[in-house]
Amino acid sequence: MTAARATSARRGSRPPFEQVVEEHGPTVMRVCRAILDPVDAEDAWIDTFVSAMRAYPELQPDSNVRGWLVTIAHNRAVDVLRAARRRPVPTERVPDQHLTTPQVTDGADGRDELRAALDALAPKQRTAVVYRHLGDLPYPEIAQAMGTSEAAARRNVSDGIARLRTRLRKDRP
Amino acid sequence: MTERLDDVDPAVLLDGASAPLPSSLHERFVARADDEGLLDVAYTTIDTRIGPLLLAASPRGLLRVAFALEGFDAVVAELADSVSPRVLRAPGRLDAAARQVDGYLDGTVAAFDLPLDLQLARGFRRDVLQHLRTIPYGRTESYTVAARAAGRPAAVRAAASACSHNPIPLVIPCHRVVRSDGSIGAYRGGAALKRDLLEMESAA
Repeated sequence: MTAARATSARRGSRPPFEQVVEEHGPTVMRVCRAILDPVDAEDAWIDTFVSAMRAYPELQPDSNVRGWLVTIAHNRAVDVLRAARRRPVPTERVPDQHLTTPQVTDGADGRDELRAALDALAPKQRTAVVYRHLGDLPYPEIAQAMGTSEAAARRNVSDGIARLRTRLRKDRP
Repeated sequence: MTERLDDVDPAVLLDGASAPLPSSLHERFVARADDEGLLDVAYTTIDTRIGPLLLAASPRGLLRVAFALEGFDAVVAELADSVSPRVLRAPGRLDAAARQVDGYLDGTVAAFDLPLDLQLARGFRRDVLQHLRTIPYGRTESYTVAARAAGRPAAVRAAASACSHNPIPLVIPCHRVVRSDGSIGAYRGGAALKRDLLEMESAA
């Protein structure tokens, strides 16, 4: 801790981490909720801030904190989802039902349908849509986080949104 | 709601404002951060008869007591700079300190029994603070006496400066040090508060 403190003093000041949680907590939750049910989303939210807090003293003071948190949250949420898929499907479930059908529903705010629709996107499109529309990241940052060109980032977002729109229409009873 | 999904652009739906996060989520996060040894500075604010106070502690002990007129945001930012940026609002670690500070101000606690972390004071200032902890409730002494007791009789001004920069006022009783001419002297919480505390202690 002493070393971290000395480094931090050399590099200049960082806002108290409480301020980071206050400012970006809702954005991180939107990202987690786009991918996970409400219970898993809360766990992923906590994991995100714990891992960010661990690394925080080493973060460059001029870093883009929101972009950093959004990518941590997205990766964490995707890991949780993968782990959930490896768990056996409960037997009372209809066998051909989609594996990620939420067990905890969020009521009639359209989030369940939206999450299922997002989940059906190609991973690149989903990631790009989550970064853009839930994490509110600009295209250059999405490109950087995903290791693609800015043009590809734009295409992934617009293709993803188009597919979402189609799917949400189709799912309408 | 399904109608909404039909015509509304999904992007608009995705952008929708989220509900405020439940406070239980913050509490669970703080507990995890503390368990994992990441909570370098915990702080809270309490309401007392002299107004709101900010209390902050490291894992080793109480670091800071601040008065409202210092500006709590500025104090928390200063802790992030000088101790660690891993700072969270975490009242649990301050429970004992909050109880004792409140009790002191209400006249039911005469001596504090709390682990202190003096890392915000260095060198001679720290020596002065160590000495101040030995001045009993209800007693006062001069800056001259304090300088001598801390080991540098000629450093009266430095002793006065150590008092006015005391990071843990109330608990480390810098208010018990007054000018040799009997006048009250400066205080982080304002001269009026210093007088109030001394009157409270002498009435007990």
